[in-house]
Amino acid sequence: MSDNLYEQLILMPEYFRGHLLLTVAAMVASAAISLPLGIWASQSPGVKKPLLATVSVIQTVPSLAILALMVALLGGQIGFLPAFLALMMYSMLPIVRNTVAGLDSIPADVVEAARGIGMAPRQILVKIRIPLALPIIIAGIRTATVWTVGLATLSTLVGATSFGNYIFTGIQTRNIVAITVGSLAAALMAIILDSVIGGIQWLAENDVTTTTQQKYKMMRGAVTAAVVALIAVVALTFLPKPKADIIIGAKAFTEQYILAGFLARTLENAGYRVEQRTGLGSDIAFDATQSGNIDLYMEYSGTLWANHMEREDNPGRQQILQETTRYVEDRGLVSIGPSGFQNLYAFAMRRDRAEELGVKTIEDLIPIASQLVCGSDLEFFGRPEWLRVRDLYAFDFEKKLTFDAALMYNAVDDRQVDLITAYTTDGRVAAYDLLILEDPRDALLPYDGMYLASKNAASDPGFLEAMTPLVNAVPDEVMREANKIVDVDGRSISEAVSYLLDYVEQGSGK
Amino acid sequence: MISLDHVRKSYGGGSFAVDDVSMFIEQGELIGLIGESGCGKTTTLKMINRLEDPTSGTISVNGEDVREHDPVQLRRGIGYVFQGVGLFPHYSVGMNIAAVPELLGWSKSQIRERVDEVLSLVGLPPDEYRDRRPSELSGGQQQRVGVARALAAKPQLILMDEPFGALDPITRAELQDEFIRIHRSLNLTAIMVTHDMSEALLMADRVAVMKDGKILQFDTPRTLLNHPQHEFVRQMIELPKKRADSIEDLMEGR
Repeated sequence: MSDNLYEQLILMPEYFRGHLLLTVAAMVASAAISLPLGIWASQSPGVKKPLLATVSVIQTVPSLAILALMVALLGGQIGFLPAFLALMMYSMLPIVRNTVAGLDSIPADVVEAARGIGMAPRQILVKIRIPLALPIIIAGIRTATVWTVGLATLSTLVGATSFGNYIFTGIQTRNIVAITVGSLAAALMAIILDSVIGGIQWLAENDVTTTTQQKYKMMRGAVTAAVVALIAVVALTFLPKPKADIIIGAKAFTEQYILAGFLARTLENAGYRVEQRTGLGSDIAFDATQSGNIDLYMEYSGTLWANHMEREDNPGRQQILQETTRYVEDRGLVSIGPSGFQNLYAFAMRRDRAEELGVKTIEDLIPIASQLVCGSDLEFFGRPEWLRVRDLYAFDFEKKLTFDAALMYNAVDDRQVDLITAYTTDGRVAAYDLLILEDPRDALLPYDGMYLASKNAASDPGFLEAMTPLVNAVPDEVMREANKIVDVDGRSISEAVSYLLDYVEQGSGK
Repeated sequence: MISLDHVRKSYGGGSFAVDDVSMFIEQGELIGLIGESGCGKTTTLKMINRLEDPTSGTISVNGEDVREHDPVQLRRGIGYVFQGVGLFPHYSVGMNIAAVPELLGWSKSQIRERVDEVLSLVGLPPDEYRDRRPSELSGGQQQRVGVARALAAKPQLILMDEPFGALDPITRAELQDEFIRIHRSLNLTAIMVTHDMSEALLMADRVAVMKDGKILQFDTPRTLLNHPQHEFVRQMIELPKKRADSIEDLMEGR
């Protein structure tokens, strides 16, 4: 547990830096755009309504959708820029709205007096209306900042580093410590920024003479110190970081996180400076590798076959590997080779139950299926793979039950169901010692892990040399064991990574 | 010095808020503009420094048509005391008073000197009041600052819109006396809008009684009291007259 915590805290500087940079940059840009817009709107009634309507509409779009939209609008670019743009747009509403409301709230007799003594409209705005509206305007910036700190955690999904990396990795790998560290860090950042801006707001609301001199001076001192400290921290995070040679992507589940760490350590051992972008959406990883934003990630042949190529047939494992390799190379990616394991849907049984029934392959189920209860995850029985199984083997089960994936494994272990549709490399297959039934008629799509690289990375002979030992190096049961370390034993990703590295090194030493 | 020549103001709808007003005001006069709410007295005042522009007719100050001046520049040269005081709440008393001299580009030392001068003039010790905020002052003190702000840039003409309207009777009488003193000592031309006939009679050199946008009678207080030329004017002077008689009776024990 404390090892786990230590491991999380090591990641803190990088995630803190990413999160703060995103938040501050988005807020500065948002304020720079929203304040003039709000002022303009308060001066011109024709602008006010459409502008407020527009920023309100942006706000109604789900935040995740705005992030995805930005990636699409930027032609598949991931990382800081789409996250920054989405956060900036999202934080405009409170600032614009409060600017307009603040400027509209100035008492009419004060504005009339300013006009009457001979202030020009611009002077009335700058000397009277803006200073008097300032507390309300700052309150808007304060609201927007707290929102942005929270929303910035989602930017992990489009490849920008933030405290969200803790949270999404933690959810996928059931790592409570990571989730807690990430949530607390984000909450703490929100509280600190909120307090600093709150202090500025207090200073704008109260002035020396309406509060006791001493209290005001103390507050001003505290706020100044906090702002200076904040600027210093932001300046430090803006210092250029050594640029990574290789950027590794990963989708958002345990196996992918382990693989990303495995690839990273392998390349680091070969002398490369590596950066990880984990927790990516499935299509985002492919698009980003195509555009060169990511240099390397692991994809599954079945995903390419069914989702990208939209094929419904199953010509067999080798041919699918060949055709998907050709497919990705036509699109400017390079396939370094298969990983050695497949993570596919398969029927799995308790070993003792299989022996009892004399079952080793799916064919053996044909005579008895009508008396068996099969459990699956929420989607299997709705997928084309199940239709192929039913057609090719010509059977159906007595009963089909669907479960959350975690409960499904418990159900078969407790003998509530006879068999389940497991994922072949899932650690719980090993933990519960389940037997995977063979599929002689190739009904189930193969899902070979394939290392996909960007053209740029693959043109480097040193990179290819470092990657070669990984091709076909990890068999199913080893990947399953690595997943088990994280998902079942509750140990950290880096322990699973070490396990894989040890296995591969011993294998090559033989 | 100030003349209004057949001035009309319409906000549309065929009726006139100010309807064919003509008046001539000498340098150094204190004029009272009196009438009921909506009679056009405030609109008349606002047209002099172009917070409003007349629909027709001509207004001139020192022989120059005000419409030939940029309204912003014109206003800086005319003092204005506002009905709701209208002090800037985020400025100190000193900064409020310095507002117009600053707009006119006076030097810092000139401004500092002038702020203290006008504060003394309106009876507020500068060292005690200069750095306070309007919110820390009583209504009477705020109105004194309002007068000081209007006088700061040494205008020859000062416009006042019900300057003492919101004050309690004692503070009000005090400020009225004080303003008469200031007015005399500076040889100011002042036009004061009020709805209080006693105030107009006691302070003004001449009083213009307005109703429905027209001036019914424009005379000295004495002439108004002795020779009202209109039924409405008679009604307006009735109340202060009656009160004065009753008080006199009381004092003489009748």
